[in-house]
Amino acid sequence: MTGLGEFLTLPALVAGAIAVSLNVYAVSGGADFGGGVWDLLASGKRRDQQRALVAEAIAPIWEANHVWLILVIVLLFTAFPAAFARLMTALHIPLTLMLLGIVLRGSAFTFRSYDSKRDSVQRRWGRIFAIASVATPLILGMIVGAIATGGLPNLDRASTLGFARDFIWPWLSPFPIGVGVLALSVFAFLAAVYLTVEAPSEGLREDFRARALGASLVVVVVAFADLLLAQSGAPLVWSALTTGSFAMLLRFGAAFFALAAMAALWRRGYRAARVLALLEVSMIVWGWAWGQFPYIVPPDLTIENAAAPPVTLRLLLGAVVVGLVLLAPSLRYLFRVFKPVT
Amino acid sequence: MSNLFAARSQMAVSLAFHIIFAEVGIAMPLLMTIAEWRWQRTGDAVYLDLAKRWAKGTAILFAVGAVSGTVLSFELGLLWPTFMRHAGAVIGMPFSLEGFAFFTEAIFLGVYLYGWDRISPRAHLTAGALVAISGAASGIFVVIANAWMNAPRGFRLVNGQALDVDPVAAMLNPAALSQTIHMTIAAYAATALAVAGIHALMLRRAPLTGLAEQLQRFHRAALGVTLAVGIPAAILQPISGDLSARFVALWQPVKLAAMEGQFETERGAPLRLGGWPNESRRQTRFALEIPRALSLLAYHDPEATVQGLEAFPRDEWPPVPIVHAAFQLMVGLGTAMALVAAWAAMVAVRRRSLLFGPGDRWLLLAIATVAPFGFLATEAGWFVTEVGRQPWIVFGLLRTSEAVTPMPGLILSFLLVTLLYCALGVVVVWLLWRQIIRTSGETLHESRERALSKRAP
Repeated sequence: MTGLGEFLTLPALVAGAIAVSLNVYAVSGGADFGGGVWDLLASGKRRDQQRALVAEAIAPIWEANHVWLILVIVLLFTAFPAAFARLMTALHIPLTLMLLGIVLRGSAFTFRSYDSKRDSVQRRWGRIFAIASVATPLILGMIVGAIATGGLPNLDRASTLGFARDFIWPWLSPFPIGVGVLALSVFAFLAAVYLTVEAPSEGLREDFRARALGASLVVVVVAFADLLLAQSGAPLVWSALTTGSFAMLLRFGAAFFALAAMAALWRRGYRAARVLALLEVSMIVWGWAWGQFPYIVPPDLTIENAAAPPVTLRLLLGAVVVGLVLLAPSLRYLFRVFKPVT
Repeated sequence: MSNLFAARSQMAVSLAFHIIFAEVGIAMPLLMTIAEWRWQRTGDAVYLDLAKRWAKGTAILFAVGAVSGTVLSFELGLLWPTFMRHAGAVIGMPFSLEGFAFFTEAIFLGVYLYGWDRISPRAHLTAGALVAISGAASGIFVVIANAWMNAPRGFRLVNGQALDVDPVAAMLNPAALSQTIHMTIAAYAATALAVAGIHALMLRRAPLTGLAEQLQRFHRAALGVTLAVGIPAAILQPISGDLSARFVALWQPVKLAAMEGQFETERGAPLRLGGWPNESRRQTRFALEIPRALSLLAYHDPEATVQGLEAFPRDEWPPVPIVHAAFQLMVGLGTAMALVAAWAAMVAVRRRSLLFGPGDRWLLLAIATVAPFGFLATEAGWFVTEVGRQPWIVFGLLRTSEAVTPMPGLILSFLLVTLLYCALGVVVVWLLWRQIIRTSGETLHESRERALSKRAP
């Protein structure tokens, strides 16, 4: 039914690059937000050490990881300007809230690093950092979920159905909220798994192992609940994910890697768990991408009819290829310096 | 407040806030890298102290710059979706390139800030240089996109549809060269002289506060590095300003007329210093007029004809008083900076050294006085180019009022952004003062011990 040719069109390739960027953002920048979740939930006798580990783990890399999101945005508005305009209008409110979270998370984290080391000062910035780290992924997930519902209004001209039905309910309904919770739990899960590898002591490692195991269960439960919610909340995604052999591959792939990651955590195979968690989350991201394909903003904007002219797409694809070739060694260097294999 | 005005105000606040951090993000890495390079060359630990202290301040400013820049990339669509729907395919390219340049900047800034003890001195210095280069590149790409809004190229507009799109031609628009040069030099002049001013003030007060000899050396070295960048930048900026103004005269004569408060079309037009343009009376009063100087400056011919605002339909005028006042302010501040820079250059040439001491009291006072001028001039300059382009968002083609989002109640997001940025601004200034500037004496000793135990290469 679907030949390979369908995936090798110019718009599909650029859309693929956007999905890859989003995937990498989820497992890098997303995990930095997840770190903030564990800052908020720090507990036990190693509470302060847990917080210090989170801070140390994300300090050198969060700004670079954050750029994947900027890349998603600039690729989207260059290659699919009509979709970008539609999304930025219909999702104005949650996007503004997400930006608020992004600004507060980044600023508060930096302020905490450079402000006085007095406890009260550290706690104040720490609290803002942690709360923003929880709120932002939640809203990001709701935005993605709202797109997937296919219920975003076309507001190119003016408000049509009344304020609440145009600007509030499309993202404040069960399925988008479910996706928000999924994003939050996925990011927290990834962060906990990464921290088991990076923990400097056995005690801290056990702390984050317990957290990773708990979060992995939450991810599985929420992902399953979201799939059920999709049946009525996002019918397009539901039908794409429940029919065809490729959908089955994604579904079973995600389930397999989820179980394998749990098993690895259980057996304290942290490096293996990290790889498996990465694969599990990537499967979820691609499940969503597949569920929407070929729509960018269902039910009417596809990657073909919302695409910029071919000349723009060709140049952009060239820039992406050259850019990634230049970036890859730089990123590898960054992670080799700060996340040494020991 | 109308929705359109709220959107414009929110964009103005967001840009005005971000531009300061963007300038710092372009120029500070250069200053840090020069200081570190001096340390590696001379083994003088005072330069290592300097690089580390500046790096701390840069870390704070860069983080706020990164998140406020993210806000802007979303606001393009949140506030101006119709603009982005038309312009995205034409001018998205430089934004994408900026994405990659900024990526490089963020990666190597992480390496630079946290890698002091993890990588070799040479690798560390290289990381600093890469931050400086990619920071300048990302600034240039964004300004190219803004230049396109002043001189849109690379497409044909047919029935509201962009046809024959050519992103390369859009990037090579005629405003790109003068605008990128002007903004890049502005970043170096504003940042370097602002930092120079802080150190000049500390040095000048040294005899009063009994500053230790070691700390005096620190501030002298800082002044040397910042002036090495700030002096040429501040002196070159009026020349690049002339280039920019001549571009405006040629391509956006209505903006030039507003900048100069020129209502009538006139041969041998005078240059007006100060004055207040009255749009309804169509005259600029209380200005000091220098005969024929505007024609001379704008067209390099004292008898050239300058088109006045009257040559254009009334509904295509930008708000004249704002543009005129902002332009005067920018030129005045820039001139003051160039004069102080020239003075410092003369003293330095006579002495064959950029190391000033507390004895240069008047020069230090002058440098400290112009410290905020560069950032103020930058703000004024952005008012000239952005307000001067009104009522257009894409000059001559798409009106700002047609591009605004249908989302109602934008006053709320405008207030939210304004409050947030006011609070962030206060915290940043307070942190820089408390944790970076005021404590420079206390921590010097500690970092010196570390430096000595490591030995310079």
